[in-house]
Amino acid sequence: MPEKALAGVKVLEYADLISGPYCSKLLSNLGAEVIKVEEPKVGDRSRSAGPFPNDIPDHEKSGLFLYLNANKLGITLNTKTETGLAIFKELVKGVDIVVENHPPQVMEDVGLNYPLLNEINHHLILTSITPFGQNGPYRDYKAYDINSQAAGGLAYVTGDAEREPLLTPWGQAGYQAALNAAVGTLSALYWREASGSGQHVDISVHECIASILGDVISFYSYMMMVRPRCNTISDLAGVTVWPVDIYECKNGYVNICVLEPHQWRSFVDLIGNPDWATDPRLEDRRLLYESTERQEAPDLGPLIKETLKRYTVDELFHGGQQRRIPITPVNDAQGALTFPQLNERGFFVEIDHPKAGRLRYPGAPFRLSETPWSLDRPAPLLGEHNEEVYSRMGYTKNDLVKMAEAGII
Amino acid sequence: MARTPLEGIRIADFTWAWAGPYATMMLGFMGAEVIKIESRKRPDHSRMRSLAAGPTFGGPDQAPIFNDLNLNKMSVTLDMTQPKAVELGKRVVSISDVVVENFRPGVMDKLGLGYEALKEVKPDIIMLSSSAVGGIGPDRQYVGYAPTFSALGGLAHLTGYPDGPPIPLMGSSDLRSAATSTFAILTALYYRAQTGEGQHIDLSSTETIAVLIGEAFLEYTMNNRVPFREGNRDGIMAPHNCYPCQGDSNWVSIAVATEEEWQALCHAIGNPHWVSDAKFADAYRRWQNQEELDKLIGEWTINYTHREVMEMLQKAGVAAVPSLSGLELWEDPHLRERVFAKEVQHPAIGKRIVVNAPWKFSATPAQVSRYGPLLGEHNEYVFGELLGMPKEEIQRLMEEGVID
Amino acid sequence: MTETALAGLKVLEYAQFVSGPYCTKLLADLGAEVIKIEPPVRGDEARRREPFLEDTPHPEKSGLFFYLNTNKLGVTLNLNVTTGRKMFKELIEETDVLVEDNPPRVIEELGLDYESLKDINPRLIMTSITPFGQTGPYRDYKAYHLNTYHGSGLAKILSAVLPDEVKQPLKGPGFLGDYDAGLNAAMATMGALYSRLFTGMGQHIDISKQESLIALERVEVGMYGNEGDSMMSTVMLSGMVGGLQPAKDGYVVLCLPMSHQWEALIKLMGNPDWSQDERYKEEIGRAQNAKELNEYISKWMKEHTKDEIYHKAQALSCPIGSVTTVEDLLASEQLKARGFFAEVDHPEMGRVKFPAAPYIYSKTPWRVERPAPLLGEHNEEIFCQRLGCQKEDLVRMRGAGII
Repeated sequence: MPEKALAGVKVLEYADLISGPYCSKLLSNLGAEVIKVEEPKVGDRSRSAGPFPNDIPDHEKSGLFLYLNANKLGITLNTKTETGLAIFKELVKGVDIVVENHPPQVMEDVGLNYPLLNEINHHLILTSITPFGQNGPYRDYKAYDINSQAAGGLAYVTGDAEREPLLTPWGQAGYQAALNAAVGTLSALYWREASGSGQHVDISVHECIASILGDVISFYSYMMMVRPRCNTISDLAGVTVWPVDIYECKNGYVNICVLEPHQWRSFVDLIGNPDWATDPRLEDRRLLYESTERQEAPDLGPLIKETLKRYTVDELFHGGQQRRIPITPVNDAQGALTFPQLNERGFFVEIDHPKAGRLRYPGAPFRLSETPWSLDRPAPLLGEHNEEVYSRMGYTKNDLVKMAEAGII
Repeated sequence: MARTPLEGIRIADFTWAWAGPYATMMLGFMGAEVIKIESRKRPDHSRMRSLAAGPTFGGPDQAPIFNDLNLNKMSVTLDMTQPKAVELGKRVVSISDVVVENFRPGVMDKLGLGYEALKEVKPDIIMLSSSAVGGIGPDRQYVGYAPTFSALGGLAHLTGYPDGPPIPLMGSSDLRSAATSTFAILTALYYRAQTGEGQHIDLSSTETIAVLIGEAFLEYTMNNRVPFREGNRDGIMAPHNCYPCQGDSNWVSIAVATEEEWQALCHAIGNPHWVSDAKFADAYRRWQNQEELDKLIGEWTINYTHREVMEMLQKAGVAAVPSLSGLELWEDPHLRERVFAKEVQHPAIGKRIVVNAPWKFSATPAQVSRYGPLLGEHNEYVFGELLGMPKEEIQRLMEEGVID
Repeated sequence: MTETALAGLKVLEYAQFVSGPYCTKLLADLGAEVIKIEPPVRGDEARRREPFLEDTPHPEKSGLFFYLNTNKLGVTLNLNVTTGRKMFKELIEETDVLVEDNPPRVIEELGLDYESLKDINPRLIMTSITPFGQTGPYRDYKAYHLNTYHGSGLAKILSAVLPDEVKQPLKGPGFLGDYDAGLNAAMATMGALYSRLFTGMGQHIDISKQESLIALERVEVGMYGNEGDSMMSTVMLSGMVGGLQPAKDGYVVLCLPMSHQWEALIKLMGNPDWSQDERYKEEIGRAQNAKELNEYISKWMKEHTKDEIYHKAQALSCPIGSVTTVEDLLASEQLKARGFFAEVDHPEMGRVKFPAAPYIYSKTPWRVERPAPLLGEHNEEIFCQRLGCQKEDLVRMRGAGII
C-alpha cells in the first residue's frame, strides 16, 4: 500500500514565482515526484525575492524560494535552444502532469502548447496558470499579483473607504490560483483513471480572485449595488452596536465577531457588564442586519474601543473563546510561529538546507489520516539534480559539461 | 620630453642569449639605463648566431638578432676570468639599482658576484637570476633553451593537432620568460621605493611557461585527466577554426561565441540552406557537428580573400581575422597606424626596422631609439664618466685585458 | 602575515575571462588588493568554462575561473545602470589602478573612459586591454583568442614547422595568447606605477593583444620586415640536428647549438659507431646531414623513456628537455623543491591544488591569502563598509539588478 496519496505521480514544473510552484508544491508534498525546470544561471525569479538570512542576498537562500520549492528535484534547462527543447519534450513523455505559468503566446512560440504536448503524450495533464486564461481579448495581457487582485475585484473591496483600493499582501493572487490549479489538476488526474486521457487545465488568476469575493458579486447582481470598501457591516451603517471588527487592546489587536444574540450577551459578560451595555434592546439581532433598526441604535463603538484597551490579547482571546465568542488574536509572524495551537498540531516543520541551514517552514494545510503530508527534502540548489535526471535519459557527465558551457543547461 | 617611467634607474645587465636580454631591453624601453656587461672573449651568442645553423653575419657588431634584443643598451666588456674585472663589475653594480643575470645557477656566485656579495656593495640591490629550471632544487644545474623550456613547461605537449606531434615553441618561449622577469623586477622596484629594501628573485624559465597553462593543471588536480592537443578548436565555441581562403596558403580565423553572432554569420554568408539544418540549431549541436560545419564554412570562405572575409564578417559583428604571415604584418593598415615598428639606425648594418614596445603609455611613452651597442662601445663612458676612473687607468686595464 | 611586494596597492578589475583577470591576479598574488567587478547573476564568463570540479558545471567550481582569480575580492555591479556607474566612480576615487577589457566604444558610451575617470582621480592608472588597441582601423573589431593569435602572425609562425600537407596555421594551446596579453599588461602597469611614485600623476595604458603577441616573436617578425623572409622556421628545424624526438613513452626535445653539446649527446648514446663518421665532426657537416642523423638519434631515443633521457642527458650538460604533461609536472621533484604548487581551501571546491608562481622572491614571496571569490562574496564588505550602503539597500539593489 503506497504511503503517499500521490505516490508514482510524476510532475514536470515549468513555472516560476508563486502560482505554478505552489501548485506543484501541494502535489509534491502529497508524494508526487516533481521535477522543477529552471532557467540556467538565473533560475526561478523567487530566488531573488528574499527574505535572506542576515539580509545577505544569495540565490540559494531566498526564503520565498525555499518555502515554495521544498520536496522538489531541480534541473536547469534552456528551452529556447533546439537541444533544450528536445530534452524538455523527452521529459514530457515520461510525466503525468506539466504545471506551467508562461504567457500563452510564449508556450505557442516555443512549441509547447497543449496540442503539441498532447501529441507527445496523450495522457498528459497540462495545467496552465495565466493572468487571464488561454483565450479571450486579454489573453496576452501582462499582469502581476497586484493587477490580478485589482482586475478580480478584490482590491476594490479591501481597505479604507476613504482611501484607495488595497492590495492583500504577499502574493495572495498567486496562492489562490495555485490552489485552484491543484484542485483542477487532481480532478483531471482522477478522470484520467477512467478515461485514459489527459486534458488541458486552464486556470485564470483573475477568475480565481473573482470567485472568492463572497457577497460582492451578489450585492450587485441582486441589488445593483456596488459593494464599497469596508471592514465590517458596521462600517456600512456608520454605527457600531455589536463588535464585528479588529480592536486594539492592551498589548496588541484582537478580531471580534459578535454575530448572534448569545454572543452579545457573553461579550457583555466578558467586559464586566458595564451599564451602557446591559439594555435588553441591544440583544436584538436586527440591529446588526437591518438598516432601519440600526438607524435608531446608539453608537457603542467608542465605548467598546475604550473598554477593550484595558484587556490583554490573551484575556480577550481565551476569555472570549471560553464564553464561545469568536474572538481571535491578530497574530504577527512571531505570534503565529509561537501560537500554541499551530505548534501542538505540528503545523511548522524544520528542514535542513545545505546552504540556508536549518529553518522552520509552514507545513501541511490539511491532514490526511492514511497518507500524511510530509516534507522530505529541502528546496533544490540551482541545477542540483541535473546529473540525476539527465543520466536517466542517457547523458554522460561530459555531455552535461558541454551542454552547460553551450547554455543548454 | 615627458619623463620616462624608469628614469634614473640603472640596470647592471649580465644577461646573454634571448631570455635575459629581452627582459632588460624592456626596462630600457621604459627609460632605464641598461649597462650590458659582456666579454669580447665570449660574446653573447646572439652576436654570433641565432639558434639556426645558418650563416653568421659579419661579426659580433653586425648581428641583427643581437640588435633586435639589445636596443637602447650600453655595452662594456670585461673578462670575468680576471679578478680585477670582477671588481669592476661590482663597481658597476654599486651604481646600479638592479642586477639581471641568466647564467647557469652558481656561475655568478663562483665569480664572486652572487647576491650576498653584491648586497655588500649595494645593500638595496635588486637581483634577478633567471635559469632553465630555477636556482634551487635537484635539477638546478640543468641547461636549456627556448624549445626545451616549452617542452619541460608542459606547453609543447598541448600545442599542435590532436593527430599530430607536440610542437615546441621557439624564441617566443624565451621572450615569455623575459616578460615575466621584467614584471618581477618592476614589482621589486616598487617594493624598494616603499621600503628601501632590495631582494633576490630566482626565476625559472620553465615555470614561466607552465603558469600560462594554469587551468590544464586544474584539470588534472581536480579530475585526474591529462589534457591533450586540440588544434584550433575550443572547448565549446563552434564555429571556431581556421578556414581556407582564396590564394596560396591564405586562411581566416573565425570564432562564434553567442547565438547573436551565429545568426549574424548565417546572414552575412547569405543564409545558405544548410544553416537551418537542425544539426546546427544551437550552440551544443554546432559544437558536436563542427567537423561538418567547418567544411561548409570553408566552402564559403574559399571564394574570398582572407581580408575580404574579415571585412564582411566584422561588419556583421562576427569575430573574423586573417591568419597573417610574418610578411603580411608589414602590409597591415592597422599595425601601420598603430606604429607597431620603428626604425633604428645601426652604424654597421644600417637601417633596421624593429618591433616597437607592446604598450602605449599616454603620458610616458616608450623609448625605442638606439641600436644594439657595439661590443664595449661604452667602456669609456661607464668606467670614465659613471665610475670616475681616470683615462690612464682605463687604458692600463684594457692593456691587461681586464677590459677586453 | 607575509610581507608582500605590492601591499597597499589598490586595484579595481572590470574585466572578464583571461587577459584582464590574469593581469590583476599577478598583482593580487604579490599582495595588491584587487576588487574584481562581475556582472550580477551571470558573473565572469570564465565561470562557465571547464574544467569543472568533478565535471559538475557550476559557477563556483570552474578551475579556469579559480586559477585566474586567486587572492581577489569579488563584487557584483551592473555598470549599465546609472546607480551602478555612480558606485563604480565612488570606488575609482580610492583606486590606484583600473584594469579593464571592454570594447573602446562601450567604455566611452558608459562614460567610464580615461578622460572621464581622470577627472575623478588624477592619480588613476587605467590599463585597457583589447584585441587591437584603442586606436586604428581595427579598433572596434571583434576578436577572441583564436583570432588574436592568428592575427598576430604567431599562428603561421607556429605552424611553419609542420609538414606542408597539414600546414593549417595553428593557435597556441589553451588561452596562451590571452595570458601573454595579461602578463604584458601587468608589466606595463607596474612601469606606470613606478613612474607615478615620482610624478604623482596617473595615465592611460593601451594594451593591444595583437601587439602583445607580435612582441613575443619580434626577432622573426623583424626579419620579415627587414629581409622580407625569415630563416628561422624553415632552416632552424629542418636543418637542425635534434629537435623533437620520440621517446619510448612520449617525446623529448633536443636543442644543441654548440659543438660540445653534440659531443655530450653522442656520449649519452654510448658513442655509437655512426657518430664517429668524419662528416659529422663539424657543425656544417652535421647540418647538411641532419635528416640522416636524426634517424639515428630517433632510433636510440625510442628505446628509452623521456625521464631517463632527460636526467641522463642533463647530467652530461646536454640540453634536452622532456615533453612533459601536467601529470609529469605534478610529480616533478624539481617543482616540489621550488614550491611551485600551492593549495588553498575554497568554500565550494574544497582543497584545490594549483600552480603558484615562477619566481621566488627572497623578501616578499608569493603567497595565497584567499581563494578565488564566490560571486558577489564581498558585496557587503565593499559596498557597506566602504561606500556606506546599508544592508537593506543591498537587498533592494539586488532586486533592481544593480548588484
